[in-house]
Amino acid sequence: MDRFDVTVIGGGIIGAAVLDRLSRYDLKALLLEKCDDVASFTTRANSGIVHAGYDCEPGTLKAKYNVLGNPLVWKEAEELDVPHLKCGSLVVAGEDGIDGLEALAKKAEANGVEVRILDREQTLKIEPNVADRIAYSLYAPSAGVVSPYQMAIGYADRAVTNGAKIILEAPVTAICKRDGDYILSTPKGEFATKIVINCAGANGAFINDLVGAEHYETTYRRGDYFVLDSTERKNISTVIFPLPTAAGKGILVAPTADGNVIYGPTAIDTTDSEDVASTLDSLDSLRASVPLTYKRPAFNKCIRVYSGLRTLIGHDFVIGRSQKTENFVMAIGICSPGLTSAPAIADDVLALALDGLNANKKKEFVTVMPRHKRLKELSDDELEQLVAEDNRWGRIVCRCEKVTEAEVVAAIRSPLPATTVDAVKRRCRAGMGRCQGGFCGTRVMQILSRELGVPLTEVKKGLGANIARYRVKEVE
Amino acid sequence: MLRYDVVVIGGGPAGMAAAIAACDSGAKTLILERDVRLGGILNQCIHQGFGLHYFKEEMTGPEYAERFRKEVKKRDITVMTEAMALSLGADRTVTALSPDTGLVKVQAGAIVLAMGCRERTAGAIALPGTRPAGIYTAGMAQKLCNIDGYLVGKEVVILGSGDIGLIMARRMTTEGAKVKLVLELMPYSSGLKRNIVQCLDDYGIPIKYSHTITRVVGNPRVEGLYYAPVGADRKPVLSEEQYVSCDALLLSVGLIPENDLLNGLDVKMSAVTNGATVDENRMTSLEGVFSCGNVLHVHDLVDNVSEEAEIAGRAAARYSKGELPAGDSVSVSACDGVRYALPQRVNLGDGKVRLYFRVDNVYKDARLVVESGGNRLVGKKFQVLAPGEMGSVEIDRSAICGDVTVRLER
Repeated sequence: MDRFDVTVIGGGIIGAAVLDRLSRYDLKALLLEKCDDVASFTTRANSGIVHAGYDCEPGTLKAKYNVLGNPLVWKEAEELDVPHLKCGSLVVAGEDGIDGLEALAKKAEANGVEVRILDREQTLKIEPNVADRIAYSLYAPSAGVVSPYQMAIGYADRAVTNGAKIILEAPVTAICKRDGDYILSTPKGEFATKIVINCAGANGAFINDLVGAEHYETTYRRGDYFVLDSTERKNISTVIFPLPTAAGKGILVAPTADGNVIYGPTAIDTTDSEDVASTLDSLDSLRASVPLTYKRPAFNKCIRVYSGLRTLIGHDFVIGRSQKTENFVMAIGICSPGLTSAPAIADDVLALALDGLNANKKKEFVTVMPRHKRLKELSDDELEQLVAEDNRWGRIVCRCEKVTEAEVVAAIRSPLPATTVDAVKRRCRAGMGRCQGGFCGTRVMQILSRELGVPLTEVKKGLGANIARYRVKEVE
Repeated sequence: MLRYDVVVIGGGPAGMAAAIAACDSGAKTLILERDVRLGGILNQCIHQGFGLHYFKEEMTGPEYAERFRKEVKKRDITVMTEAMALSLGADRTVTALSPDTGLVKVQAGAIVLAMGCRERTAGAIALPGTRPAGIYTAGMAQKLCNIDGYLVGKEVVILGSGDIGLIMARRMTTEGAKVKLVLELMPYSSGLKRNIVQCLDDYGIPIKYSHTITRVVGNPRVEGLYYAPVGADRKPVLSEEQYVSCDALLLSVGLIPENDLLNGLDVKMSAVTNGATVDENRMTSLEGVFSCGNVLHVHDLVDNVSEEAEIAGRAAARYSKGELPAGDSVSVSACDGVRYALPQRVNLGDGKVRLYFRVDNVYKDARLVVESGGNRLVGKKFQVLAPGEMGSVEIDRSAICGDVTVRLER
C-alpha cells in the first residue's frame, strides 16, 4: 500500500489549492478526487466572482478569508495563467435602497474593504447598462472575475508539477485507523496517510462521519445560471449585484473571465447533495430578475444553462483540526465566497497540516507556470512560427472559440491530463462556444481517442458517460 | 498577400456553386473550406431527396456534392481545404489559417460568404433539467452515425421537427434504435411535409405537436425526460406532465446562419433570418461582399441553395471587374403572415427577380401579394403555405414603382 504524509480528499478549488501549498514541502502529498477531473462539481458551476469582501459579517471566517484571499487570487491567477479580470463590482439599488447600501458600506469598513457609494451618474460611468430604476450603487474596485475551474486546474497542475500526486475517480468509501495512520479505501485501492484533509465539498460532512470527526448537518442551495454568447460581452463592464438578502448575494449579471456573460444564480434550498437540475420556475425567475438591475438582458443570446450547488454548514466556513480525531483537518461548508477565499484558506490549512509534521520547504519549486499558448492571444508572427514547427497549430478544431488541435493536445498532455471531452473543454475551451461542441465534439473525441489510445466508444463526455455508444450495424 | 477576383468562404453546396459561377464569369476564384473536403453538410446527408429541382433527378447528399466537386475540379478554381477564415476586413481582405499554409492573407475583389449554418443547442433553448451525456444536436448525431459509424443511443426522443431531426428519426430506426417520440413546440412542423410522411409516418413514429420538454432526468447519462403540452402562450401545462425514458435526446430546434465572421463589421443584418440583408445580386450592405445559401437564410432544399449561390457567384465576378453598377433601389419588406422576404432590396432595372419568402404559420387557400408603390405586382394563390417550406414568386423589375411589400391576403 502506498503511504503518504498528507492526503487531501476532494479536488475542488479548496482541495486543489491546499495540494498546491503542500507540494512546496518535502512530503508525500496525495489528492483523491471522486470524479474524472478536478473542479467537477461545485467549482465548475460557480459564478467565478472574486468578491471584495464587503458583505460578509465582520468577525466571521468568511470575512477573514475573503479579505485575505482577494489579493491572493489576483496574484495567483497571474502565476497560474488563469483568465481573470479585476473589473470591480457594483451593488445597485433604487431610491429606496440607500440604507441597504450604507449598511454594506459599514460592514466594508469593519472588514477593511475599500468601497464607495455612487449616485446614478457616477454609477453610469462605471456601468452604462444598469437598469433605469437604479439610483445608487456601492462600488468595490477590488472585485472582479476569474475562471473558477481553470483556477482549480491551475492549482492542480502546479501541484503535480511540484511533485504531488492526484488520483481521479477515487471516491473515499471507508476510513479506518491502523498503526497511527489513516487507511483510505477507494475503488482505486487503499492509501495510508498520516494526515487527512477534508476538502470534500458537498460530501464534507459525509467524510467527517466516516472518520468519526465532528458531525455537521448540511444543507444545500442550488443556483441556476444562463451563459450568454460572447457577443454580449461588450454590453457589460463590471459585476452587477442587487442588494443581498438572507438567501445570498442575489442574482448577478457579470462578464466571465473567458469573455462570456452570466446571469444568475437563483437560490433554491434542497436536501439533495447531487441536485444540479435546473427547473423551469427557477429559469423563469432569472428572466424576471435580471431586468431589475440590468438594462440589456438578452436571453435570446443564451448558449448554455448550468446549475451549481452551494454546501452550507451553519452560517460560516468550518476550518480547523478535528477535536475528536487527531491528524484530521477540515475545510468544509465552503460556500460563497469560497472561490475568493480559497488561497487564504489553503495557507491556513497548510499550517494546520504541517503542525506535527517535520517537513521543510522544498529548495526548488515552480511558482510561475508556463503560459498556455492560445491561438486567440498569439500575434501573427508567433502563430506563423508555431505552425512552422507543428502544423497542428494551423488546424482549427473549435471554430466558435478558435481552438487549434495543438491546444487540444496540450490539454490532454497537461500535468493533470484531460481525459474526457468536458475536461478538454474546461482547459482549452473547445466546445465552450455558441455551437456547444456541435461541430467540434466529434473532432475532440477523435483526438482523445488517438492520444489516449482507446476506441472512440470509450471516449467519455465526462463522469464515465461515453458519447459514441454503439457501432453502426452492430448486431446484438 | 494573395490576390483573387472572388474569394468564396465555405466549400459546401453554396460555396461550390458560387465558385463555379464566378469562375465561369471569368473571375480568378478561391474557395476556403474548413473541412478536409468540399461538400459541407451534404457529406453526412446520405439519404435521398437531393437534386429533384436542380438536376431533375433524385440523389443522395454525397452524390449531389460530388456533381459539384467534379465541376469545381474541371475548372481553374483554387481550393484550400482545412482552411478556416479567421477574419474579414471591410477592405475585402480575408485572413485564413490552415495546417499546410499557416496564416494566409488574401485580397479579394469580391467576397462570397457561404459558411452555412449551425444548429440551435440545448443551451440556446435553455433546456431545463440535468445536462448529461446523451443530448446532442441531430446534426452531430448524424455525423457520428453517417461519417464515423457510431450510434449515440438506442432509445431515442427527438425534440423539434426540423428536417435533420426527422431524417435522423428514420436513420436511427433503420439502425435498430427505437425512436419513441418526436416533440414539437409549435402546432405544426418546421420541417418539410414529405419528411413527416417518409421519416415518421412510414415508420410509425409518433409526433406530438404543441408539446415540449419540461425536465431532463439523469446524470451523468440521460435516463428520460418529462414533457407536457403547451398552452397558447407556449408555456408547458405542468399538470399534464408525462415521463418517457430514453438514452438519447436529439435536438432539431432550429438552424442559425453562422455569420460570426461579420461580427465587428458594419453589415446590415436581418433580425428575422439572422443573415445579412441583400439585394437581388445577394450583395450585402458592405460593398463587394455577397452572401448565399444557409449563411444568408436557412433553406429547406439544397437545390435552392445552388441557384442562389450561382446568382451571388456571378454577381461577385461582375463586381470584381467593376461591371456591377450601383443604382437606385427599393426595399422589400414582409408583413401580414409573411415572416420574411428575400432579397430585402431590389435595384431598379429590367428583367425578372425572384422573391423568396417564408410564412409565419400554416395558411390554407391564401393569396401571396406583392405590391410596389400601391400597385399589385403579383397575386398568387397557394393551397397551403407552411413555415417549413420556402416559397417564391417572380416579379418584373420594370413594374416596380416604389418600396415593395410582400404579404398574405386571406
